[in-house]
Amino acid sequence: MAGKNLMPRWFYQLASPRWCYQITGKLLPGFAIAAVILIVGGVIWGLAFAPPDYQQGNSFRIIYLHVPTAYMAQSTYMTMAIAGAIGLIWKMKVADMVAKSCAPIGASLAVLALITGAIWGKPTWGSWWVWDARLTSMLILLFLYLGVMALNSAIESESTAAQSTAVLALVGLVNIPIIKYSVDWWNTLHQPATFSITEKPAMQAEMWVPLLILVIGFYCFFAVVLMMRLRNEIIRRERRTGWVRELLLQQRG
Amino acid sequence: MIDTNPQRLAALQTDSETDYSLAKIFFATLKREMQLALRRRSDLVNPLIFFLMVATLFPLGVSPEPTLLAILAPGVVWVAALLATLLAMDSLFRSDFEDGSLEQILLSPQPLFVVVLGKVLAHWMMTGLPLTLMAPLLGVMLFLPAEGMQGLMLSLLIGTPTLSLVGAIGAALTVALRKGGVLISLLVLPLYIPVLIFGTAAVEAALTGLPVGGHLALLGALLALGLALAPLAIAAALRISVSG
Repeated sequence: MAGKNLMPRWFYQLASPRWCYQITGKLLPGFAIAAVILIVGGVIWGLAFAPPDYQQGNSFRIIYLHVPTAYMAQSTYMTMAIAGAIGLIWKMKVADMVAKSCAPIGASLAVLALITGAIWGKPTWGSWWVWDARLTSMLILLFLYLGVMALNSAIESESTAAQSTAVLALVGLVNIPIIKYSVDWWNTLHQPATFSITEKPAMQAEMWVPLLILVIGFYCFFAVVLMMRLRNEIIRRERRTGWVRELLLQQRG
Repeated sequence: MIDTNPQRLAALQTDSETDYSLAKIFFATLKREMQLALRRRSDLVNPLIFFLMVATLFPLGVSPEPTLLAILAPGVVWVAALLATLLAMDSLFRSDFEDGSLEQILLSPQPLFVVVLGKVLAHWMMTGLPLTLMAPLLGVMLFLPAEGMQGLMLSLLIGTPTLSLVGAIGAALTVALRKGGVLISLLVLPLYIPVLIFGTAAVEAALTGLPVGGHLALLGALLALGLALAPLAIAAALRISVSG
């Protein structure tokens, strides 16, 4: 193994908070612009121009917010768990910071998914909340995020906190397939998954294209928020290092 | 505080002349835990009393109506069992952590996986198993029909070891924290939900005369998954907690 790198160079560079701060600074504007364009465009297309559903009429339009937030809540969890695993295995500080930054974002997205789901549920099912498998497993996801955040804030040492939360996040991964397949395994009120990569969508193109745009837009939005939190975290943790001081002096002018 | 109790240390001793196979370490841990638990009788009895009391609160708080209680019974017994397991969870690693024997266990050359499995099994034999054996009493108190009793006991028998395994992860993560008790419930309860769902579903299936096998098989699958993966997570969590 000596002298042979198993991982590409950028992977090691990611471990440097300074390099990470600089690269996210360059990427941030691009993602921010993309997120604004995609979300605004997608929302206008979806809410104003997409045809109404033949069964649900206009009330289906909340899908354009509900599905992206629900997707993102799960993707954020995956990101958090993967970053946590990288932090555990390679002892990479930046990965720990990514994992820590993910939890509050994921929790808010899970809350949004639950709220939009409730708003959608009222006209279609006649009640705000049903103890259905998909809804309950989404609620568990929110609890998992809250548990991760609680554990992280309870442990004083930053590296111990990061490692402990990484273990917890990895254990909680069990829930992700349960959420994903709950609508297929249990035949409940919740409609089956809207999208599938392998199959042709059942909806008309005018209906699913804006949804796809919004999902991509939300991914960009997540990237923006994550990078902002990450940069904040990097600066906070590295506040005693030379490069942060130089940076602040430069900014001051 | 240095533990000088020879019996307590005997199980931990790692004499280089003695060959310790995995099974030996496992049974030594199990024996040590059982001895310790038998000496602190109150820790052993408290979860059982708690189990009984929670179940008593429902007829008083909801309604003493037998038909209503019979409907509630599977859920009540399961939730009470879940909370009682959780109650005993905080002490799983705490006394070992406080007197330093946990560090000795971590330093010993034997794989932590095996020691952890022994401790969890001991915990289950001290809480899960008595709870399972006591469940019919609660079932009768809550007017659970006799058809459901077998389903209740079988589901608890397969489900409670999973509760012990998953709870031990929470206990290991919070062992170094002074106020770990509430945090454990916050971390572990979401992970208990699948077990609760399949457990109560098994009892309800038994009550309505439907086959119970599917639910029990799912509980068994969860147990198999827990047995394979939870000790790894517990061991990792213990190392992190103790080193931090």
